[in-house]
Amino acid sequence: MNSLLQEQLSYDKTFDCVQCGYCLPACPTYETMERETHSPRGRINLVKMVAEGKASVEDLKEPIEKCLGCMACTTVCPTNVQYGEILESAKHVIDEHEGKSRPRKLVENFMFQRFFPSTAWMDSLGHATWLYQSSGLKKVSQRFGLTKRAPLHIHEFEAVLPEMPSPKRRKSRAGRYVRKRPATAKVAFFKGCIMDSVFYETNQNTMELLLRSGAEVVFPDQQTCCGALHAHSGKVDASVELAKRNIEAFEEESFDYIVNNAGGCGARLIEYPHLFEKGTDWHSRASAFAANVKDISEVLVDLDGLRFEQSVPRTVTYQPSCHLRNVQKVTDAPVALLEKVPGLTLKQMDRPEFCCGSAGIYNIVNYEEAMDVLDVKMQDVCGVDPDGIVTSNPGCLLQMKLGVVREGAGDRMEAVHLVDVLMEADPQPKT
Amino acid sequence: MDEWIEELRRIIPEKRVLTDLADRHSYSFDASFDEHLPDVVVQPKTKQETADVLKLANRYRIPVHPRGSGTCLSGGPLPVHGGIVLDMSQYPAEIHLRPRDLTVDVTPSVLTANINKAAEEHGLMYAPDPSSAHVATIGGNLAENSGGPRGLKYGVTKDHVLGLEVVTPEGEIIRTGGRTIKNVTGIDLTKLIVGSEGILGVIVGATLKLMPKPPAVQTLMVTFDEVRKAGEAISQTLTSGILPSKMEFMDQACVTAVEKFQPAGLPVDAAAVIIIELDGHPETLKVEKRLIEEIMEDMGALDVIIPKTNEEAAKLWHARKQVSPAIAKIKPTKVSEDATVPRSKIPDFMDRLQIIKEKYDVEVVAFGHAGDGNLHPNVLCDKRDVEEMKRVEKAVEEMFEAALELGGTLSGEHGIGTMKAPFMELELGEVGLDMMKRIKESWDPNGILNPGKVFPEKGQKLVLHHE
Repeated sequence: MNSLLQEQLSYDKTFDCVQCGYCLPACPTYETMERETHSPRGRINLVKMVAEGKASVEDLKEPIEKCLGCMACTTVCPTNVQYGEILESAKHVIDEHEGKSRPRKLVENFMFQRFFPSTAWMDSLGHATWLYQSSGLKKVSQRFGLTKRAPLHIHEFEAVLPEMPSPKRRKSRAGRYVRKRPATAKVAFFKGCIMDSVFYETNQNTMELLLRSGAEVVFPDQQTCCGALHAHSGKVDASVELAKRNIEAFEEESFDYIVNNAGGCGARLIEYPHLFEKGTDWHSRASAFAANVKDISEVLVDLDGLRFEQSVPRTVTYQPSCHLRNVQKVTDAPVALLEKVPGLTLKQMDRPEFCCGSAGIYNIVNYEEAMDVLDVKMQDVCGVDPDGIVTSNPGCLLQMKLGVVREGAGDRMEAVHLVDVLMEADPQPKT
Repeated sequence: MDEWIEELRRIIPEKRVLTDLADRHSYSFDASFDEHLPDVVVQPKTKQETADVLKLANRYRIPVHPRGSGTCLSGGPLPVHGGIVLDMSQYPAEIHLRPRDLTVDVTPSVLTANINKAAEEHGLMYAPDPSSAHVATIGGNLAENSGGPRGLKYGVTKDHVLGLEVVTPEGEIIRTGGRTIKNVTGIDLTKLIVGSEGILGVIVGATLKLMPKPPAVQTLMVTFDEVRKAGEAISQTLTSGILPSKMEFMDQACVTAVEKFQPAGLPVDAAAVIIIELDGHPETLKVEKRLIEEIMEDMGALDVIIPKTNEEAAKLWHARKQVSPAIAKIKPTKVSEDATVPRSKIPDFMDRLQIIKEKYDVEVVAFGHAGDGNLHPNVLCDKRDVEEMKRVEKAVEEMFEAALELGGTLSGEHGIGTMKAPFMELELGEVGLDMMKRIKESWDPNGILNPGKVFPEKGQKLVLHHE
């Protein structure tokens, strides 16, 4: 047996799985791909088989790469198997084993080493999209089907992007927002890469909600990408590096909360301590950082400083971000906020906990599988016939927008971020 | 590639004939102990496809091992002789309810809990409630004759089956039984198939019996300072004109494990805890609750706890469900048994377990459905420790012997599968076992369906260790 491989693969942790199968009904890919190989129990068993030399890393590749990483299995597991750790260890081993195809590697290397950590790049993405949208190029290229020739189904995603702010507006953002009256809490805002480039207005709205709730908002400018996508692709070293930079960036001042509005980023941020060995300085710094990380919904409920003035006569359903629900364990706060909005009807769909299929860059690299998952989700959504799908993570938001288009329901349904719905209700400070 | 696999691909759509190593490994295990690699996994979606696979298997003499969700605790779906795993879990799931007949038709892939859910919409219930009902398929439950806590009052799966549709080992499709409550036409093949662990046929449909759903339930928890007293109190209750729907037992080790794993406020200082559920009309429950309180006091209970709200009651039952995962934290490998004794012998069986535990220096805990004598003694061990596993083998062997000496049986609800096969003759006698074998041989002349289960192979012994 290969003891190095056993160590790398979290082999010991696989023994926590008693193979009861309770995870099967919770797993989206088991349902859509119709085989045990694409279930949590199957994947854990395969990791064990590879560690024991009964199968190769190559055999492990597809089942691991097709896992959404939604962690729904961990919420039903009776023995608390650390599936997340087992999964990441497998991804790391596959990445090191050069199991990935060459084009995929090139794309990943560019995305992860240059693109996501770079504010310049992310802003450029936003600027380019703005230029593209506002110059009429969008209409021209859509008419001639130019974007359809782009690889990785990019045309389908770009069709659902929101309107972008101009570069001038982006640049005018203040680094620090202070409320005139004495603040009730000091809050640092974690902006996120995709949120800030693609959903800029939602980020602005998030800070506005915090201010109106009575908080002082700080926007540390040294912050960078959370590293979630890196970790989910087996790039352990890069994700540790990004974690260190963020921890440092938010140590400049002391905060009551470090707030984010992206379920996936938040899940990564609270897991920073796992990246460092216990007892080390970095581990304690990471723990202090993670203890303050909170989703925007939790903070707004905590601060309880808003009164919603405007009626929002809509029927919505709430699609929780998997990483918000299953990793951060935030379930009640978003619903509690929605229930406060006057005029809003909240209808719960069947199985809200079922992943939408976005899962980081899963829907780009595993397009077909992601669309199968999305189609199941949209069936449940249509079951309650809402005019809005509320979610709280950029990936889910884009995916749900795509789902609406696939259903041909663009004229009667839209996907929105929780924060934007709250802003629609014209929230005012309570005092 | 083998010729027979090539041919399989011609009769079953290719994407449902799995031969990749990753796929084969994924069907090499269940929730029991061992692992065996199949050559191919086939996922039929119609009865005709199922029959075609069996016909082909007969021509080429390839073993076929039917499998549901793979939650079996006795190794039922393990492909111990390689060949084909027949994954029935992807068969289209269909539930056709006939509320006025109090019956339901189901396909084999339906999850058992969904049958009860559908029945409840009409004020009915499907009584068998194995703890894996939300994952396990009805096909697997029928093949293994699964039980559950409610077995005390309502019996096990076989008591709720009116008819079956079965693919025979040679690939013919037959119907057994029917749709009526009374049916005495000929030999009861339905009961023969239910619990035959996939060696006599592949179930592709079933007609099940439903019952009126009791309008209310009442939970009680009783604690004792001696296991014997708990056993006597169970017998006393059942002879006092009360039939609870559940009477669940936990020994001190289980209670301690649960409290360590997920604290639920169970009394860790008690030697034994019984959780009782009564079901019926609310007025009846009030009377029965009072009677049970009196009985338990007379029998020297430490305490009788009556949950005030549904949430409190649910918490107790949740704690009971946590026993299985909680004890798995004691040591990584769990050898889970379900030897069953006559109800009056539970205290004696508990004494014997204590002796076995000390004799072989192994970790043994006991919990389960004490009301019907169906205890689950579990040995906690580490399968990587060869020396320990050899001691576990001896301990388990002696547990079976103890159960049989007390007038009990090897398995109350999990099935024989691979592990208990060596002990079959001990319970049934040479001729008894031979009569069973003759049935198998006449149904399945080529020995295609699920070989290596139920019957011991020549000189087969219980083996839990790998050198």
